[in-house]
Formats: sequence, structure tokens, C-alpha cells
Amino acid sequence: MRLRANLGLIIAACLIVMYALFPVVWMLMLSLKVDAQSPGFFPANWTLQNYLSVFRSGLFLSALRNSVGISLIATVLSVVLATFAAYAIARLDFSGKKLVLSMALAIAMFPTISLVPPLFEMWRTLGIYDTWLGLIIPYMSFTLPLSIWTLSAFFREIPWELEQAAQVDGATPWQAFRKVIVPLAAPGVFTAGILTFFFAWNDFVFGISLTASEAARPVPAALAFFTGESFFTQPAAQIAAASLIVTIPVIILVLLFQRNIVAGLTSGAVKG
Amino acid sequence: MAAIALRNLVKRYADDFLAVDDVSLDIADGEFMILVGPSGCGKSTLLRMIVGLEDITSGDVIIGGKRVNDKAPRERNLAMVFQNYALYPHLSVYENIAFPLRLAKLPDATVRQKVEHAAAMLELEEHLHRRPAQLSGGQRQRVAMGRAIVRDADAFLFDEPLSNLDAKLRGQMRTEIARMQRRLGTTTVYVTHDQTEAMTLGDRVAVLRRGVLQQCATPRELYEQPVNLFVAGFIGSPPMNLLPARLQGGRVELPFLSIPRPPGLVGAPEGKLLVAGIRPECFNRAESVDPAARAHGATFRAVLDVTEWLGNQQYGYVPFEAPADLRAQLDSLAADLDYEAREPQLVISLDPAARVAEGETVELWVDTAKLYLFDPQSGENLTRGTVL
Repeated sequence: MRLRANLGLIIAACLIVMYALFPVVWMLMLSLKVDAQSPGFFPANWTLQNYLSVFRSGLFLSALRNSVGISLIATVLSVVLATFAAYAIARLDFSGKKLVLSMALAIAMFPTISLVPPLFEMWRTLGIYDTWLGLIIPYMSFTLPLSIWTLSAFFREIPWELEQAAQVDGATPWQAFRKVIVPLAAPGVFTAGILTFFFAWNDFVFGISLTASEAARPVPAALAFFTGESFFTQPAAQIAAASLIVTIPVIILVLLFQRNIVAGLTSGAVKG
Repeated sequence: MAAIALRNLVKRYADDFLAVDDVSLDIADGEFMILVGPSGCGKSTLLRMIVGLEDITSGDVIIGGKRVNDKAPRERNLAMVFQNYALYPHLSVYENIAFPLRLAKLPDATVRQKVEHAAAMLELEEHLHRRPAQLSGGQRQRVAMGRAIVRDADAFLFDEPLSNLDAKLRGQMRTEIARMQRRLGTTTVYVTHDQTEAMTLGDRVAVLRRGVLQQCATPRELYEQPVNLFVAGFIGSPPMNLLPARLQGGRVELPFLSIPRPPGLVGAPEGKLLVAGIRPECFNRAESVDPAARAHGATFRAVLDVTEWLGNQQYGYVPFEAPADLRAQLDSLAADLDYEAREPQLVISLDPAARVAEGETVELWVDTAKLYLFDPQSGENLTRGTVL
């Protein structure tokens, strides 16, 4: 009985994993082909040439630099801001608290594409079109709501007495926050950080519409401009290789922090 | 070490609720002071005002001769044990106890020596590297105490520290707290709603009701000389019996008996309705009272409708009638004391060896020298100082 149940579970798990991983494996195979047009799932001739050419092209390297820089800065700023905001929302009673929370939620529900034309116009007027800042700002504002909601759920679970105990023990409010509250909210901070990073890292809409050159264009957008070895070949294999390279950080992050992500997303849902 | 003085302290919340109303209290250096009262009487608020976690609306808190109203909690050098212990879950027991020392930036060697000393005192040595989540309730309680004693604070403040423990452990921790306080001789303010803790731990006990200090005295004085009906009803378990009493023809008429007017009773006019208070242990069955003692009491016959035998104690219950106006008075007092308002009844402590059938009519004796008389309107004890 038990074995059978386990067997069913294993088969189901295998099916789901296959469904999820099939496109990734396909991309891997494509990226190892000499000729992207050649039929067949497995490459006829295996090669690493596509990866080499991706790294040799200046376009990809500058895009990678932009992606890493923009995503990291947006993540750090968003998490720091969200931590303070969520702490204030969880701990302080101020008028307009509901308004802040519902505004945050409203922003999260906006279709991103609808903001592109106004942002495009505004950024050009302000002179931050095609700069890192021009991308960091929309990434931050779109990830802040989720971060604030996740973090305020975390802060609300921390008993207020802990902070008061720290203050009686001789801590300044800032020390109490840093030494007691932040460590306890760390899983939430991680979750918020990782989700923000993913959003920024994977974004295509802002990346393609608010940039014009290598100065700020992130990888997902740059892939669309990929031309490959020569102008006349279809660069499918190189695009596959580049896509795989940018997927690697995401996979590593998920593997490292999957426990935190689950804890963060389910916090408040189940007590204890 | 320091004395703590509270001068006309008032706490009024934003919604105009008066939590603490003009409380003045002097706590001597090294004294163990208990703040006690039913829930919502302002005792925790008062404690939090002393430690600085609650703003003071008016009045002064003076610690060691210095006014501390405007000082932050960290500048008052007080140690507090919270009801839920408030241990830092991400730190080991060692780091929990060391936390205040780390904040004070003491060198590692001093921290180690102090933490180990505190741990030895509280028998926590083998748990120093565990996390609070892995400890039992009693051990967590001791860690919280360790964090309080490790720094040489001017005073310890306890906010219902034992209320999360089971009854057995509570008794054990109570003696541990008493022993620790006697040994360190540190000024202590201890908030509780449990009168056993109040009576056994305190050098003095301050009884609060709706934010107003009723009486601050030694446990013995509170029990024997309550200033008013509230204190009389609050201190003692089972509570003092409260009966209607009418002054008539130089005698006090009670539901079951009539006794001569006590000589110490002053200012109560003839015919006035008063509240009489008699503790359950002032009753006994007439036949088990020795004849010499019988002289300073009175006997009456009554039906015991329920009896409770507890091994070392036995209680009998006798229902009686009370006039409606007095009844309303007693019901509102009961509500204040967190009791259920119920049919008026006498609780009588009986000799546990005696076998009494329920519903039996028995001859009872009451020690009338220990009868208190209260004014029903003000609640004031009219016989204070005259009852032995």
C-alpha cells in the first residue's frame, strides 16, 4: 500500500519535473548544436562554440554587466526601503496606514506595459532614458509592494516585547531594530530580496522599451538584438546559450534559498 | 541598588481611559514590593511607567534620588522580566544572558565571567549553548531571570513572570525568585494578579483598583486590617464573607445572628445598613470549639447546602438572603474583583476531620471579635484598628 502510494508520487513528480525541465533541456541541446537548423533533439555534432562566441561578443558582456548591476542595486534599495516601510506599518499606528498598504497593492496590480509610454516620455524629459537609474526606479516600484507585504507579515509575528526587552537591556531603538528585529525577520528579508532580484533579472518589457544602447540594456532585452557569428546565420543556438548562462544565477539562488523562499511566502498563513 | 519613589503618577491614554490615577508609592532600597489587583487595574501600566516603556501623563518617577521621567528605558538601569520572557530566539542562552553586557561593550572575559556566575546561580550551565526554543518553560523563565541579574541593575521589575507556568512549577519558581531576591538584596517591583504570590513574596503589597492605590502594607496588615471592602474582598482565599448588617438597639443584626455593637465602631448611626465581613476561618462547628473560646463568639444554626473536602481543608456553603440595595452593591464589588456575581452565600471553613452531610443543619460558631464592618457606600472599613 505504502509502496504503491510512493510509486504514484514518484511518477507524478517525474512528470512534473519533465514538464518543467523539458524547455530547459531543449535549450541546452540547441546551444550545443553546430547548426541550429539541424533537425533532431540531440545535436548531431556537439560543440561549445556557441558559448565561446556569446562571451566573445561585446554586446552580451555589456548586457550582462548591466543586468547584474541594475538588478543588484534595485534589489538592495528595494529591500532596505521595504524593511523600513514594513516595520513602520507593523509597529506604528499612523493615519494613512491603510492607504499606504492599499496603494502598494494597487501598484502591484498595474499591468506593467501600461506604464511604459508615460515612463518613456518622462524619462526622456528627465534625461534618465537609457540609463541604469531609468530601470532601477521602475523595478523598485514594482517590487516594493510585494516586499512590503511579505515583510510586514514577518514583523507582525515578532512579539513587541522582544524589542522592549532589548530597550530595557540597554539598546537604543536602532540597536534593538538591528540586533533583534532584523535577524528575526531575516528569512523575510531574503525572500523579499530574491523575489525582487528575479523580477529585475527577468524583466523584458522595461528593459527593451526604456533603453536604446549598450549603456543600460539588460540581458533579456539584449538577446533580441543578438545577431550571432555572421549577419546571415540565424543566431538561435547562440541565443539559447546566452539564455542558459543568464538562467544559471537564478537556479543557484533558488537552490540556496529555497527554504527561505517557502518560509517567506507561507509566513502568516500558518501559525508556529 | 536604589530606592524608587512614585509621586502622583497619572496615566491617561489617548482614548481618555485613566489607567493609573494619582498613585504615590515609596519603595525602599532592597525592598520587595508587589503590585496586585484584578486585571485592568493598572498594575502593569504602572510597572511599565517605572521602566520607561509607557509615557507618564503627569507625576514623577524617582529612582535613586533622580527624576527619570524623560529618560529612555536604557538609561534607567533597570532589569525587567516579561510575562512571556521575551528571550531572543535567534541567540543562544549564553548570548541571551550576555545581551545587556554586549550592549554595554564589556570585554569578553568579563562577559564570560558574569554570564557563568549567573548561570551557576540559576543552574543553567549545561544549557548555555542551546536555543530558547529547546528549553522548557521553567528553564526559559530562569534564562529571563539570568538576563536580569547579570548586569548590576538598580532594580528588578517582574511583570507576571509566573503566569505562563503550570501550578507546580509556579510554586517552585516562586521560592526561587524569593531566594534570589533575598540573596542579591536588589529593590524589586513585582506585578501579579495571584494573591498567593503577593502574600508570600512581598515585603509590602500595594493593592490597586481601577488605577487607584487602595492600600500599601505588609501582607499581614492587608489581611488583618484591610482599609476597605475591596481590599478585604480581594485578599484571602476563599474570599471574606460579606453580609448585610443593620445597627439596631445597640446590637448588630446579621442574617443568622445578632451580636453586641463593637465598641470600636464610630460614626455609624442607629438603623444604618452596613456590610459585615467575616473570614471563612472565623467559623467552625460549635461542638469542635473549645468552651473557653466559645465565650468571645456567637453560635447559630444553619443548613450547609454544599460541602467541599480538600484533604487539609473543608468548606461548607450556607446561602442567605440579602436586601436588594446591598445586593447590587455586592454584585458591583464582585465584578470589580473578577468574581462571578452569584447568590449570596457564606463560605465556612470546617474542621477537615469532621464528617458533615450536605443538607444537614448544624450548629455553627463564629468568632465575632474578628468581624469587620464596612460602610456600603464608601466601602471604608469602620472597624479598622479595633479588630485583632
